[in-house]
Amino acid sequence: MSFFDEQHLARARETVARYPQAKSAILPLAHLAQDQHGWLSPEAIAEIAELTGTTPADVLGTCSFYTMYKRRPCGRLLVSVCTNVTCLVTGGPEVLEHLEDRYALEDDITVEEVECLAACGNAPAMQVNYEFHESLTPSGAEAIVEEYRRGDRTARTISGAPVDA
Amino acid sequence: MPEETRIITRRLRERPDDSWTMAGATAGGTYEVLRDVLRVGDPADVQEQVRLSGLRGRGGAGFPTATKWSFLPEGVYPRYLVVNADEGEPSTFKDRMLIERDPHQLVEGIAVSSFALGCNLAFVYLRGEFGLGYDRLMAAIADARSAGLLGTNIQGSGFDLDIIVHRGAGAYICGEETALIESLEGERGMPRIRPPFPAVAGLYAKPTVVNNVETVSTVPHIVRMGGEEYARLGRDRSTGTRIFSVSGNVVRPGNYEVELGMTFRELIDGLAGGVPDGRAIKFFIPGGASSQWLVGIDEHLDAPLDMDFVQQNFGVMLGSGAVMVFDETVDPVLVAWRLAKFFAHESCGKCTPCREGTGWIEKVLYRMSHGEGRPEDLDLLVSVGGSISPGVVNAPFAQTTICPLGPSAVSAVASLNRYFRDEIEARLGVGVAS
Repeated sequence: MSFFDEQHLARARETVARYPQAKSAILPLAHLAQDQHGWLSPEAIAEIAELTGTTPADVLGTCSFYTMYKRRPCGRLLVSVCTNVTCLVTGGPEVLEHLEDRYALEDDITVEEVECLAACGNAPAMQVNYEFHESLTPSGAEAIVEEYRRGDRTARTISGAPVDA
Repeated sequence: MPEETRIITRRLRERPDDSWTMAGATAGGTYEVLRDVLRVGDPADVQEQVRLSGLRGRGGAGFPTATKWSFLPEGVYPRYLVVNADEGEPSTFKDRMLIERDPHQLVEGIAVSSFALGCNLAFVYLRGEFGLGYDRLMAAIADARSAGLLGTNIQGSGFDLDIIVHRGAGAYICGEETALIESLEGERGMPRIRPPFPAVAGLYAKPTVVNNVETVSTVPHIVRMGGEEYARLGRDRSTGTRIFSVSGNVVRPGNYEVELGMTFRELIDGLAGGVPDGRAIKFFIPGGASSQWLVGIDEHLDAPLDMDFVQQNFGVMLGSGAVMVFDETVDPVLVAWRLAKFFAHESCGKCTPCREGTGWIEKVLYRMSHGEGRPEDLDLLVSVGGSISPGVVNAPFAQTTICPLGPSAVSAVASLNRYFRDEIEARLGVGVAS
């Protein structure tokens, strides 16, 4: 055991114990690994396999199906912009294009296009580390990302967990 | 002016500042039904009230909830209640609101339903992207446990219940109940062939009921009102209220809880304020991205929000309750392309017609909506769609896939073919000598 630190390991073991079958804990443990490490590394996959009584191939086989698991390092801030139909007709693609251009060369920020975020009442919408931001304009979206960057807003982890003070 | 009928959205509308807290929830009456139900101790009566209410699933399929419950085989334990909180149907945003703003209502619904079904362990499969929803649901469960409303021997009744919140990780297909169960078991979210149905062999091969967030949130209100009283609301077999998520080209997009039977016009023009700047509705999608479309004619706009009526008369569904409105400035082919892109991305890949077909539909719609369409393209789309849903042009149609995702991807194609063939053929230059 070497991937999870003491605190995350304790939570991982608690999580495994709660489920009737240990394999069910693959998804929550992969989120936990990203909380700690920022992405789902091969070391994390190996340790999740050990904790859930499966193989690394099982864990990778499951996790590679799901878009929230990042199997290579990504930015400290993950900006997910919706372009599905309601956002399509209210300016989502323009927000995406602006942020992709703006942050194309910035390693600490990853911009991705995502499917409907269930925020269509205030479209267009995006999430920054799974925090919702709605009724966006291209420049307004950039201003929000910059606030996270400066620390004026507290970002969740890369998997969307709140960061304990 | 039409009005909402607020049952499950009453508390979150009346207490915008604290509806999600234990203090706000209990001040609004939450957990009174649970206490009563546990004091009386008659699970069969809860089931009977749900049967009398006529409640039908609010996730999309509209299957009668009590019937689904009744499929659990007698005497087989453990059995599980799984709440489908993986809201991802494009333009649906009602469950997110219920989770973020009234999580205690959901917890009470889970407890009352679990008691009725004889479940001691319930799961909430929560969409992974719902950061705030996860925080609030976890806090609600912890507070309910502290208050002795979850855990062992709840309120001295002898009934035990624990709830596990299981976060998804970004896969629309996990909203399909057998894919959801696969995902809960730590697998890729790929639908299972039925039978066996989840009620017989679901999670861990045990009897399992999967119900939507709005469905479960409604259960305590049915018990409080009495099933017969609840069934007085609505129209025919579409009883009660539903939350409709109205979005797109309307003045006041948002969630509206209305009595079933209200017309689309009352919902879109009345509650949502209609299309801005006096423009006309060109088309609207009445029940989420998987549904076929309706257009801005009186026959469609004056139709009642009634699951059976719209199915029988127009071959469309109320589905997840998402009403997307598009005005005359919007290109229906572009909307169809974006929906096709969604379904192609979200196809799990298990069934060949869907895995291959959704990709081809997306490619053809892309060129059609980006000025590169060919005269034969609409017929090509209908042909590819027919490989997924034979008879697609005249719903109801068959399907060559395990789950409804593939056929859902064909809904937009069928709608283009039905309502916009002339417009599209003119654009594609059909019949024009080259």
